[in-house]
Amino acid sequence: MPNDTASSLSLVVARLPGVLIDLFPGAPRRVELPASTVKEMIDGLDALWPGMRDRMCDSRPAIRRHMNVFVDGEKATLKTRLAPGTEVFILTAISGG
Amino acid sequence: MPEKVLVLVGTKKGAFIAESDGKRGSWKLRGPFCEHWPMNHVVGDAATGAIYGAGGNEWFGPAVWKSNDLGETWTHSSDGLAYEAGEEPIKAVWSLARRNGSLYAGVQPAGLFRSDDDGATWSHIEGLQNHPSRKDWNPGGAGLILHSIVTHPRDEEQIWVGISSAGVFYTWDGGKTWEPRNRGTRADFLPEGQNYPEFGQCVHCLVMAPGRPDRLYQQNHCGMYRSDDGGKNWQSIEKGLPSTFGFPAATHPRDADTLFLLPLNGDSAGRYVPDAKAAVWKTKDAGATWLDERKGLPQEDCYAGVLRQAMATDSLEPAGVYFGTSGGSLFASANEGENWSEIARHLPTILSVEAMVVSG
Repeated sequence: MPNDTASSLSLVVARLPGVLIDLFPGAPRRVELPASTVKEMIDGLDALWPGMRDRMCDSRPAIRRHMNVFVDGEKATLKTRLAPGTEVFILTAISGG
Repeated sequence: MPEKVLVLVGTKKGAFIAESDGKRGSWKLRGPFCEHWPMNHVVGDAATGAIYGAGGNEWFGPAVWKSNDLGETWTHSSDGLAYEAGEEPIKAVWSLARRNGSLYAGVQPAGLFRSDDDGATWSHIEGLQNHPSRKDWNPGGAGLILHSIVTHPRDEEQIWVGISSAGVFYTWDGGKTWEPRNRGTRADFLPEGQNYPEFGQCVHCLVMAPGRPDRLYQQNHCGMYRSDDGGKNWQSIEKGLPSTFGFPAATHPRDADTLFLLPLNGDSAGRYVPDAKAAVWKTKDAGATWLDERKGLPQEDCYAGVLRQAMATDSLEPAGVYFGTSGGSLFASANEGENWSEIARHLPTILSVEAMVVSG
């Protein structure tokens, strides 16, 4: 997990859904990593678990239609800025059949 | 060494594997695999024992899954499996084809990708998307999907693909240049007088006869066809069949004249087996005559369909034939369709069936 001095000033917390970490054995539900936007956070997750970005984002690029990212209770986009210490909730939408 | 037969099943909720010895009399089911993703096509490479799965998940998008231990463990990747930024993203992988060291993947919306590192990374074969007809391709009921990939056994530059509902396309230069190959196939859903377009036909399944790369068969939304010139011209082979509609087609592993189809009752009649009685229809003369094989199959109140990639043959002698239904039943014949038995039931909707024979 990234934890150098330079990045520690802007650490955020990513909370990952269980069905996502099932695809990446060893990934925890809670990850602290440096980021100032949602995009940077997802890039950081992808660096830790290659391929994770593709599961959350499509090639438009945008957060996938049936994935939801919430920051401070609001639905976020890749451009949403993250204050230090922000907790980011990544959730799967209700869908199925 | 004794043989092991694996029937690879893609379903709406994961992949399954039915396993038997070479006698194919007793089967054991394993699964679900691939984290319950919809698996549109699961294929095996008998030379290496690797299994590959084409998937697309509403939450997580497209990926190709891979197992190197006959399904015990799986990995997944979609690295490079994407169109350019701004284009409609890929929703799912629909079809896979293995040729020597390469793996091809057909996707939705229709496009073709290639991997030369066993599915770890992918590159787009852009020539197909650049065909002038691309802007006029229309989706079929399942979307604009590239569902059939047929490679040439001796020339890697030649590939045929089937796209619903753009038709059959062919490349002779490894995917740089493509041309439609639909002459003689109908599009009954177009206005009168426009039923034989250059492209826009709703091909449902495209297969190549063994040992004869010039001979292709296709099950179409509007008829069954054979081509003896690599798809340049198609002849109807639907005379003697109970309908002109169906989804899958499966060739015999050695006999270019033998083909198995599973006609359904029609595109607007429920898409069930005709008269609610299941039958596999077999020709041994390249479509001139047909025989219905139904011994052991449900002959009463069977309202099942069989989807485009859900029938296959194995490589044994006599050949095994397999199909899976929309209702989750998997049927097998160990003698080329003469006798059938249900080897699994109550599975999720079956999307694909393939067979792989490996050393036990």
